[in-house]
Amino acid sequence: MAATTTVPSASPISGSRSFLRRLCDGDEIARLITFLFAASVVLVTLLLILELWHSSALARHKFGLQFFFTRVWDPIAEQFGALPFIYGTLVTATTALVLAVPLGIGAAIFLAELAPARLSDGLEFFIDLLAAVPSVIYGLLGMFIVVPLMRDYVQPGLKNTMGFLPLFSGPAYGVGFLTAGIVLAIMVIPYIISVSREVLMSVPRDQREAALSLGATRWESTWKVVVPFARTGILGSIFLALARALGETMAVTRVIGNTPTISASLLSPGYSIAAVIANEFTEATGDLHLQALIELGLVLFLLTFLLNGLARLLIVVTSQRGGGTALA
Amino acid sequence: MSTRLRWRKFVSGLMLTLTGVCALVAVSVLFFILGYLVYHGGRSINWDFFTKLPAPVGESGGGMANAIVGSAKLLLLASLLGVPIGFLGAIYLAEFSGSRVAFVVRYAADLLNGVPSIVIGIFAYALVVLPFKHFSTLAGGFALGLMMIPITLRGTEDFLLAVPRALREAAMALGASKWKTIATVIVPAAYRGILTAVLLAFARVAGETAPLLFTALGNRFWSPGWNQPTASLPVAIFNYAVAPYEDWHRQAWAGGLVLLALILVINIVARAILARGVAVPRA
Repeated sequence: MAATTTVPSASPISGSRSFLRRLCDGDEIARLITFLFAASVVLVTLLLILELWHSSALARHKFGLQFFFTRVWDPIAEQFGALPFIYGTLVTATTALVLAVPLGIGAAIFLAELAPARLSDGLEFFIDLLAAVPSVIYGLLGMFIVVPLMRDYVQPGLKNTMGFLPLFSGPAYGVGFLTAGIVLAIMVIPYIISVSREVLMSVPRDQREAALSLGATRWESTWKVVVPFARTGILGSIFLALARALGETMAVTRVIGNTPTISASLLSPGYSIAAVIANEFTEATGDLHLQALIELGLVLFLLTFLLNGLARLLIVVTSQRGGGTALA
Repeated sequence: MSTRLRWRKFVSGLMLTLTGVCALVAVSVLFFILGYLVYHGGRSINWDFFTKLPAPVGESGGGMANAIVGSAKLLLLASLLGVPIGFLGAIYLAEFSGSRVAFVVRYAADLLNGVPSIVIGIFAYALVVLPFKHFSTLAGGFALGLMMIPITLRGTEDFLLAVPRALREAAMALGASKWKTIATVIVPAAYRGILTAVLLAFARVAGETAPLLFTALGNRFWSPGWNQPTASLPVAIFNYAVAPYEDWHRQAWAGGLVLLALILVINIVARAILARGVAVPRA
């Protein structure tokens, strides 16, 4: 939809002369230069994919699909399996979403439906700032606040009340899947709020008014009409948050415990893909070790690629549907 | 009937209150983070932090002067790479390209934007560190610059497209060539928005740690030139936080405060610029 306003150029009777003239105007030069820069974006992206693929060839050939189903990670014996890392990444991201989605969508509903416009815009400003806080700072706060809090209060509390569930068994170390999930939840909530609020506000006003005029309470009109209308967009925001949570490195590395274990307990320490790359990349013991780490990077890339694509599709679908009839 | 109505009203009130509580919790987290950082960082920050090198291991005192300078150098390199490509690429997308090429470029930019930052680090390692056989400022700046490209590009493009058509047509009707129209009419009309996009991209990469871990690496001394490992503020915070020394924790908090202040100030300035703007969309 590039709003091109191409003024019809001189008739193509003397094509080469008009090209020369346009060259003298500088238009063709400007076009060429900017094209080179735009093309470099595509090239760099392709190069990135190629490089990841190429640099992990050794590991891909040696382990094949087995890479994804082996739970041994032993640099000395040159045995590399990605399962504990994939498991840790998925578990922490899921935990984060379970905590962040209700809170984020609740807050978005408040901002879009209830809060007066000024308050809503003001809070949105703060939430955008929250989204800008760098992850290394969340790591710092996670290490010095969340971990001690978990170790001394939350995890013993969970064990005392729900310790019979395998989900909350084992010793309370402070670090672990649950702690990483909580820190990730704090990090992704701003994204969920921001996008969901935007989508909710684009729901046409007549939808709300129709529901209210039929006798629905305010909550019923919100929950049964507005939210379903914005459903796909909200889902998009959740996928976006999930992609963020999967790729997050610095904060997770500091609170997950960095032990490649697979355990049903959320209190157990674990490891995530991004964390193992961060910890071992510069100290890789050999080519195979390095390439196995790069293959992990490739896996991470593909995961986030799929989720981001899905998220964008959902957001586009909703905004097109909402945009056509929007009055408010 | 009326009990049911009362029940429905009760549920409505309850749930709406709950959404308010959600918003309150989410926002109070920000104030908590800010407050905690300001409290701990403020207690530990001093003049030495800005002017001294890290003290030898085991001694207390010292600062992060080398990390601050290192971050500045990295961000300079990143801007030199990210801003021209993002800006000129966006001009091509908004003014010259057909819709098919634009789709491909946009898609690539969005893809690049979604790549986890640690993967960007791997890429920069393979592309710059390995051939030069050196962890270096150059490699770190390259990694951060890559991350700036998509943010600058998409932001700039949005604001260029928002420039009213009438302005373009007026310029062309006066006989200006296309590039002249772009340079003298369209870009000046959108400059606030473009500046905002660039500032937001800058703020985003200023706090990035993961791409620097195996490109710029880290350094406890000054890093001369551009081809040596260099310290940077985020990596220094990251490393100091796990050190077993109380004094290093103190410095990590101080570093966190400086970094956060920088990023929040840039964000607020960017938004303020935009708020005073003209016919531009919200980013």
